[in-house]
Amino acid sequence: MADVRILTGNEAAALGVKLCRPNVVAAYPITPQSQLAEILSRYVEGGEMRAEYVRVEGEHSALTVCISASTVGARTFTATSSNGLLYMHEQLHWAAGSRLPVVMCVVNRGVGAPWSIFNDQQDSLAQRDTGWIQLYCRDNQEIIDTIIQAYWIAESLYIPVMVCYDGFVLSHTMMPVDIPDAEEVRGFLPPYKAHTLLTPEAPRTINSVLFPWRRPNPEGVLCDGYMEMRYKLQAAMTRAHGVIQKANDDFAGVFGRDHGGLVWKYRCEDAELVFSGMGSIANEATVAADLLREEGIPAGVAGVRTYRPFPREEAAEALRSAKALVVLQKGLSYGYEGCLTSDLKAALYGTPLRIPVVDVVAGLGGRDVKAREIADAGRDAWKDLQAGKQGNRSLWLNCYTGEDHAG
Amino acid sequence: MDEKNVKRDLNVSALCVPAKGEAGRTGDWRDFRPVIDHKKCIPSSKNKAACFLCWLYCPEGVVKMSIPVEIDMDYCKGCGICAEECPPNAIRMVREGENDG
Repeated sequence: MADVRILTGNEAAALGVKLCRPNVVAAYPITPQSQLAEILSRYVEGGEMRAEYVRVEGEHSALTVCISASTVGARTFTATSSNGLLYMHEQLHWAAGSRLPVVMCVVNRGVGAPWSIFNDQQDSLAQRDTGWIQLYCRDNQEIIDTIIQAYWIAESLYIPVMVCYDGFVLSHTMMPVDIPDAEEVRGFLPPYKAHTLLTPEAPRTINSVLFPWRRPNPEGVLCDGYMEMRYKLQAAMTRAHGVIQKANDDFAGVFGRDHGGLVWKYRCEDAELVFSGMGSIANEATVAADLLREEGIPAGVAGVRTYRPFPREEAAEALRSAKALVVLQKGLSYGYEGCLTSDLKAALYGTPLRIPVVDVVAGLGGRDVKAREIADAGRDAWKDLQAGKQGNRSLWLNCYTGEDHAG
Repeated sequence: MDEKNVKRDLNVSALCVPAKGEAGRTGDWRDFRPVIDHKKCIPSSKNKAACFLCWLYCPEGVVKMSIPVEIDMDYCKGCGICAEECPPNAIRMVREGENDG
């Protein structure tokens, strides 16, 4: 019989981690991730989870512990939010460059300054180029399921994975969650095998200085230079498209839940007005699409679940019937536009689809975004389209921009 | 470069195993070379396994604990620590290109 419980996102994440049986957990508490770190600590203390919980003085050390443990063959987990994630930044590059399959939950929160404990996705968006895979969850069920898939993906590719979910909106909100069976998870997720096991019997120097050129070692093997090593990461990221989809499909085969792999679609087949977004805001957009459909506007949602590697083909395919695109996002590249807007525009380049794109920055620092407000933004885009306006637009939803704030 | 006949680096991450010459022939970095006066050197002159502070202090591990003491000039970077530490001042640093004198 199914084991369905009413859980917060953090509780669902903790159970997901426990099911994956990590050997080492190192996390430093930060709002809104704290509950996750506390529950995992309790699991270890109470003997429910046979892992080493390493107490650290900050997030940089938390990830460093995971990097070290992963190097000697341990399955590892960490979690953080906001400025904690920024504090890890250097080690994010180090984990990806070392090709270590660390899995981390990022409980999305706005970054300071000014301080905010509330939700947006600027924290993980700002880590886009560190070489980590980024998966964004819509609800608490997807969190627990995605963590299990994340280990499968990370350990297949030797690329670390961030499982991102919205602070408070998901982390502290209770929902029914179907808990996967422990034995079935054991069958789905094989034990972690390190690509190179560092042991006292086989000493190695890892990540010593690589020169710009390739260089033969004393055995005559022409060792890769820095650039070849970086290319290997990019090549693995390219392979990741198929691996992420396979993890999704195999998981669906065993557990009966399909979260869409790289891009999920809602009423997209004939949609002419398409919303896109990541995480809970994209889920909210499905309600907006329903509202617009009632008015006769053919709306749908193409949600991005995998942000890196970016699902270029899948996104373009999901937008096939679109005549206008409204991108909702809780983070931006200052001085340009929402990160997801730029990526989706790039995905459409070279395709026959030449449609107006509305760049919507919304929900920063926890500002509420209601389905009817998303519907309003969609309706405006639809009216522009009917009026023959083809240009792209940017707007800050629910934000006072009426006066010149410059200076 | 003949890419077909090259043994490929199959490592997923950048690593190497400890091996002599792994970092290349570092001896060609040298500006000054150590020259041992074996008449002053304690183990060499007394024919006893004694002192060997040069062996202990050498950061490159290129001093051989032998009688007489030998230095592997293929990998000696010429830092001069052996000369600094030698109790009877048996080691002199001589500029490369100049005679031992």
